[in-house]
Amino acid sequence: MKKLILTSGFFMSFLFLKAQETLPINGIRDVRSGTFVFTNATIITQPNTKLEKASILIKQGKIVAIGTQISIPTDAQVIDSKGRFIYPSFIDAYTDYGSSSPQNTGRSFNWGAPAQFKSNKPGAFAWNQALHPEINVVEQFSADENIASNFRSNGFGTVFTHLKDGIIRGTGAVVSLGKKNDQLLVLKAKAAQVFSFDKGTSTQSYPTSLMGSIALLRQTYLDAKWYQTKPLSEGLNLSLEAFNSNQSIPQIFLAGADKWAAVRADKIGDEFGVQYIIRGGESGYQRIAEIQKTKASYILDLDFPSTPDVEDPTQARLLSLADMRHWELAATNPGVFEKNNISFALTQDMKDSKSFLSNLKKAISLGLSESKALEALTKTPAQMLGVYDQVGSLEVGKLANFIITDSPIFSSKAKILENWIAGDKFTISSADYPTFSGKYTLKINESNYQIELSKDLKLKVIGKDTLDGKASFANNTVTLSFAASKTSNDLIRLNGNLLGSELTGTGFDATGQSIVWNASKVSEASEKKSEEEKQKSNDLISKITYPFMGYGNEVQPAQETILIKNATVWTNEKDGILSQSDVLLKAGKIQKIGKNISEAGAKIIDGTGKHLTAGIIDEHSHIATVSINEGAQSVTSEVRIGDNLDPEDINIYRQLSGGVTSSHILHGSANTIGGQTQLIKLRWGTNDEGLKFQGADPFIKFALGENVKRTTSMSNNRYPDTRMGVEEVLVDAFDRAAEYDKNMKANPLLTRRDLELDALVEIMNKKRFITCHSYVQPEITYTMRVVENMKKQGYDFNINTFTHILEGYKVADKMKAHGANVSTFSDWYMYKTEVQDAIAYNAAIMYNMGLNVCINSDDAEMARRLNQEAGKTVKYGNVPEVDALKMVTLNPAKALHVDSKVGSIKVGKDADVVLWTDNPLSIYAKSLYTIVDGVVYFDREKDAQMRVKISEERNALVQKMLNDKKSGAATKPVKPSGKALLLCSDHDEQDENHTHESQTIE
Amino acid sequence: MNLKLLNKMKIYIKLSLITSIGFIPFMGNSQETIYPSSAQKGITAITHATVHVGNGKVLEDANVVFENGKITSVGQATIPSSATIIDAKGKKVYPGLILPSSDIGLHEVGNGVRGSNDFLEIGENNANIRSIVAYNADSKILGVLRENGILLAGVAPSGSLIEGLSSVVQFSAWNYEDAAYKMDNGLYINFPNYSTNPNAHGPASSLQRSNERLETIRQFFNDAKAYLAEKNHVSTNLRFEAIKGLFNGTQKLFVRANGVKQMLLAIELAQSIGCPLVLVGASDSYQIAPILAKNKVAVILEEEHALPSMEDDDIDQPYKTASVLQKAGVLYCLNDGHTESRYRNLAFNAGTAATYGLSKEEALSAITKNTAEILGIADKTGTIEVGKDANLLISKGDILDMRGNQLEKAFIQGRDVSLDNKQKQMYERYKFKYNLK
Repeated sequence: MKKLILTSGFFMSFLFLKAQETLPINGIRDVRSGTFVFTNATIITQPNTKLEKASILIKQGKIVAIGTQISIPTDAQVIDSKGRFIYPSFIDAYTDYGSSSPQNTGRSFNWGAPAQFKSNKPGAFAWNQALHPEINVVEQFSADENIASNFRSNGFGTVFTHLKDGIIRGTGAVVSLGKKNDQLLVLKAKAAQVFSFDKGTSTQSYPTSLMGSIALLRQTYLDAKWYQTKPLSEGLNLSLEAFNSNQSIPQIFLAGADKWAAVRADKIGDEFGVQYIIRGGESGYQRIAEIQKTKASYILDLDFPSTPDVEDPTQARLLSLADMRHWELAATNPGVFEKNNISFALTQDMKDSKSFLSNLKKAISLGLSESKALEALTKTPAQMLGVYDQVGSLEVGKLANFIITDSPIFSSKAKILENWIAGDKFTISSADYPTFSGKYTLKINESNYQIELSKDLKLKVIGKDTLDGKASFANNTVTLSFAASKTSNDLIRLNGNLLGSELTGTGFDATGQSIVWNASKVSEASEKKSEEEKQKSNDLISKITYPFMGYGNEVQPAQETILIKNATVWTNEKDGILSQSDVLLKAGKIQKIGKNISEAGAKIIDGTGKHLTAGIIDEHSHIATVSINEGAQSVTSEVRIGDNLDPEDINIYRQLSGGVTSSHILHGSANTIGGQTQLIKLRWGTNDEGLKFQGADPFIKFALGENVKRTTSMSNNRYPDTRMGVEEVLVDAFDRAAEYDKNMKANPLLTRRDLELDALVEIMNKKRFITCHSYVQPEITYTMRVVENMKKQGYDFNINTFTHILEGYKVADKMKAHGANVSTFSDWYMYKTEVQDAIAYNAAIMYNMGLNVCINSDDAEMARRLNQEAGKTVKYGNVPEVDALKMVTLNPAKALHVDSKVGSIKVGKDADVVLWTDNPLSIYAKSLYTIVDGVVYFDREKDAQMRVKISEERNALVQKMLNDKKSGAATKPVKPSGKALLLCSDHDEQDENHTHESQTIE
Repeated sequence: MNLKLLNKMKIYIKLSLITSIGFIPFMGNSQETIYPSSAQKGITAITHATVHVGNGKVLEDANVVFENGKITSVGQATIPSSATIIDAKGKKVYPGLILPSSDIGLHEVGNGVRGSNDFLEIGENNANIRSIVAYNADSKILGVLRENGILLAGVAPSGSLIEGLSSVVQFSAWNYEDAAYKMDNGLYINFPNYSTNPNAHGPASSLQRSNERLETIRQFFNDAKAYLAEKNHVSTNLRFEAIKGLFNGTQKLFVRANGVKQMLLAIELAQSIGCPLVLVGASDSYQIAPILAKNKVAVILEEEHALPSMEDDDIDQPYKTASVLQKAGVLYCLNDGHTESRYRNLAFNAGTAATYGLSKEEALSAITKNTAEILGIADKTGTIEVGKDANLLISKGDILDMRGNQLEKAFIQGRDVSLDNKQKQMYERYKFKYNLK
């Protein structure tokens, strides 16, 4: 069948009535009226509007009339379209057709390589190479027949094209896929502006991270607004000018398949009053409520994972349940969007565009309605791009863009025969030649053969032994070949045409003699039921869980009234440790503490022999986030961890199992002033906003020492390279911020709003607080002095927390005087030069000096055992057990300013508690229940059941994959699932396209 | 020295002990004056202790007597009158802990200091490289490890394909020759990667390259076997000479491998050489425990405190792998490969294994007796039994738990070992500065 598809298509090379007037013609003009009428067709003018036995009249590339009773002009060519179906041609709302988009935009950040601080692009353009709103793809557009024919063969007649590169990519155009001069192909020159998170081919270092891309976009919106005030200091900035003028057209944001990315993109739009059209959201079915909330329209591709080859169990193991489920459910996505009334268009912007139509049919078999499918390919994209007046339906006055099919387009065997674009015919595939198939008596020389040609071009030579031959149809002729007899290898080869009712032509017989042959039809081909695909069961195995992965819950766990009876309660309050006491959790709060409490309807947990503590709070963590470091510059206070949270990090669940209820997610240590941090509660299954600890003071990460001066790089060119420079970076940053603060107050309208300095001003005005990565004593001291010196300029603030602080014991007195909290490791040492004086007694000394001491993890594994890490302060320095536990509960709550809500077991505080099997400081203690806001997020018994469920579901999906392979599905090798673990010094994003260059230094 | 600790010790330790602590430096001294101990003099008896033998047995109110560095009696036997008595009533006595696989003495500062790196030689095949000759017996790390009960360690080069020869050292020595407890006990190989999982087992590599590397390894051993079969050679091959022991039963093959495929191929390799195999790392060993037991393959679990390699794995899988091996009858031991805490938490790795399926005594064996067997030093150490070296610890409480782990004394070959170290000295220094108790 494939042989019939003529991908290059046929094209009529004349011009309609009016030639392009400015274009000189070399030769004799050939002007035709291009009037055609297609009669007796089933015309689907738009989704849900079907005209039977109707006609459509087109002239000069436009639709002139359509209906069941139209008058046909005399110069019209009448094409009898009985049995044919006519639909509007499809529109692809996201392509780079005919643009000069780079082929490979993969990038990776090299920690050791020199940085590029400025844009390489010459001219009066944006400071950052990844911002080029000034690019209008229409200025470089040039039709590309090879690519156009590929689109046309899938039924497309119109596309939106843009330059696929950079974060702000400039404007795209709507163009026709016809074969005309470029001038005639453009439907709309500047149809939409396009954005992405990916800096593409930009060689400039900034941004290195997702949160950096987001910050850069936000800053650009602000800059563009400010630029409208014509600031002298900026000079001419063509990029900002273009950006401003592009605001009036639709804005498309390439977010990618990840549902969370769609949510992130939409949030940027919300902030600046822009509703993006989101290109992406292919995993949206996993989180449809969040997708719906964006209120965005989507452009979805149909790139469904092919079947992984899971025969080798060691390979199957590398595939996560989440990826297995997505393999099964990806095709349900458009249907889920439809069910939830989310507007979407479909694009063939995918790795294998050949599978576009078959995947579309798969999506339809899994819930997408045919009318919605058509709408997503016609009306919706046309409306998105503001070209519905020209294309997107079959209506009088619109372009004559339509496809002709041999059966309803979404039926399994449907073929697109022709694709007419602006009145030009492109033949996509031949019809089935119903006259051509049949049983024939074939005469060659004196021999007669009974042959049968089926509709799908299978040749059978019927005789004592029925033999299979080969038949093909190409270049308008039929070619047949078959063996003369069962025992012969010599082939008879024939070529010819259907003349009248006879197939006839020339060929060679089995001996190689040239012959003339003819075959006269005896009867129609037997209507053998084409081997119906075994009715594939559409029963889906996969479960939708929150999060969408192993250990997710089908129903989000709810807040309960819980009464824990008869436990040893570590209150962290004046009462100390209460034995055999009850604690009542209700409405998310700790309601009662005492003996013999009873509460009707409460879930009772027997705490006999068990220990109840406040939930563990990790002051220094890097889980649940997509990127950790924006490392391109030494001051990046504009970036925010909260912009790129990942609520589906398995480490959230693993840490719940270790009793952690809140984590402070810090920017990494790549630069002196890093990004804004995010305090989260480990609410497993929620979304990014749901993770955030509401009402907590905002913090920011600073860093000092080796990582900041990039000690491991042999070619660092980023200032600073010494601790002396680090100090000056701090001085300069606050100085700049003070000046900015002054200007902002004096002249708010004319001062450029600077997100980087905004954050610093917040710090100086005690609206944001510093947690500072620090190791050796001089840097600790000078950092305190730098901020203390700001008093002279009227800013009275301090370093809220020194984190790591492994030489804190040397300057405990100074930190005490300064008023800093400290957060350290229990026993790390000798992992780099600046920790050669790290001692396990650090926490004990600082504790004895009266500092508020926390023990943190900075390590996704160790965070599961923070209780034991606190226990080590008993071993190293005899800290009393009650106070040791506080170092991972109440003390971090204090350091993070949330001790009024969490950190101890006190009536009125959040119901964030852990029930342990043993003394919580002991290595033998396991958590039985970890409760956040009165919701049981970890239950050790349930965990055991979940393991069984995971393995059952995995097995069922593996069996389905194996069956798929057995029944002939193409498979591909397993691509291991999983996210890289982010470390404090990592520049990796959790993106499969990036090379991983982990630096395991802390 | 921790004064508080010293004071408490004075209460428990009888007067006669003063001679043996006479050389322990007092406050203000730097680590450079923490001396290696000299040979044991006379007879020492630890009395009334709870003795955790290391082989699963626990003896209550028992005595451990040692002389000339060797254990002479364990239990309730009469104590020679000349013995120096250490009353350990209410305390626990353990065999000295053994860290099976490390770069101690070859790698002082973890990261970013090229000058401190002596564990990776240039070239793919370093079979002739001997860790013992570069071993720095003055490493600052040793004091911290002694404080945590680790008295012996396997030391091996790492990083190349055929990495070189490991040795076992003891931690109270003036130089490497003093330190050597068993020299050149095994050859380390870093097995080619057969996993496509970039997270669990290092970067994804091409299987073709892995096959080539495996072929390189196989050919090396075939060539070595042929070479060693002949006594007289025109030219010496240092690499072949170095691994004689693999063919005569005096060396073991240590293979770093984590994935199932790697481990199975490693077994095949060792069987073709005919040498005992020890898998190092072996994070997926729980999946093939019966195969390991049947083929008598030993396992060094690199790190108990690790994340599961796959998202869907049991969240506590690394914690309970030891118990899977234990139940299957595999000879295994525990290591502490954590790169930031630098080996000090070996006992707590065992504690975690005890929380997740092992008995406490099994967990203890996994850092003492089993380790000694795997390193080939079980004739000398690993348990508290008559005839073995007096490598002993006295702890206030359960050493597997941070709540109990407080070492009061340690003996290597009967020598009373200093538990002082730089960290304790810095502690004292700043307690002094701040006038803290």
